[in-house]
Amino acid sequence: MAERQSPLEPEFHVGSHGNFEHGVEILLTETRPGSIVQLAAWPGEEKTLMAAIRAVTGLALPDGAGGGSSDGVKSVFGFAPGKFTVTDEAEGLASAFAKVVAPAMGTVTDLSHGRTAIRIAGPKAEWVLSKFFAIDFALPAFPVGAGRSTTHHDVFAQIQRTGTDQFDIYVFRSFARSFWKALCHASEEVGYEVQ
Amino acid sequence: MLITCPYCGPRDVIEFTYQGDGNRERPDPASQNFEAWNAYVYDRLNPAGDHNEIWQHSGGCRVHLRVVRNTLTHEISNVAFVRGDHSSAARRKAEDKP
Ligand SMILES: [Zn+2]
Repeated sequence: MAERQSPLEPEFHVGSHGNFEHGVEILLTETRPGSIVQLAAWPGEEKTLMAAIRAVTGLALPDGAGGGSSDGVKSVFGFAPGKFTVTDEAEGLASAFAKVVAPAMGTVTDLSHGRTAIRIAGPKAEWVLSKFFAIDFALPAFPVGAGRSTTHHDVFAQIQRTGTDQFDIYVFRSFARSFWKALCHASEEVGYEVQ
Repeated sequence: MLITCPYCGPRDVIEFTYQGDGNRERPDPASQNFEAWNAYVYDRLNPAGDHNEIWQHSGGCRVHLRVVRNTLTHEISNVAFVRGDHSSAARRKAEDKP
């Protein structure tokens, strides 16, 4: 298997940066999942697709818009009506879904090489993300596991909250380095560490 | 201006793309009724008040929406999916609770 290159590479500097004399309040990492897959159900097939997601990943999707869950290895969340993003640390998720998602149920799109996954964690994660996206990051409005589709300066982003102070952001691979640089700049004021 | 997407919740207008007047009725593509085509392409109600519009949540869930917007105040009085309702599309219950 060919080794996957990170688009962040030239701007990925491990260590502490910015105003960290009083402590690091942001951790930035690239999670590099082996699989990023987008699933879409035809109208009326949403429940069947959700059952298929459970069968393949073991993850139960809560009902309702933007619902999701994660077990730390695999993650799933809704990002549009009847549409879901599923990720796995391992490769091969798309072929696993291709076996169970029949053409009459919906579609499977493998985005493993098309998206870059950036994790922002720490007590100031909500603060930094609020400078990027005009959505409510407070825990009651954006619970753990839930997903959101939104935009930063026309760069489409899918965000899943994978912890009280932790968010995974999926951006187009071609925009990932520029987005990463902006995220680093925005984290400077609170002190950040790249791991 | 905020538009409350039935899937995503209230979002800034910058996430949406205007897709045109929602009052138009497109003639049958095979129709040769030039008056009907003329009306479809050119005639607009241009109301000073509530207006039916089509918007796409292009910077979010990408769903097409029927929006009623007041042209005087920008107040949005109704937003609905253009194409049917999805069972999974009801606003997430957790958000309805205080
Ligand atoms: Zn939306």
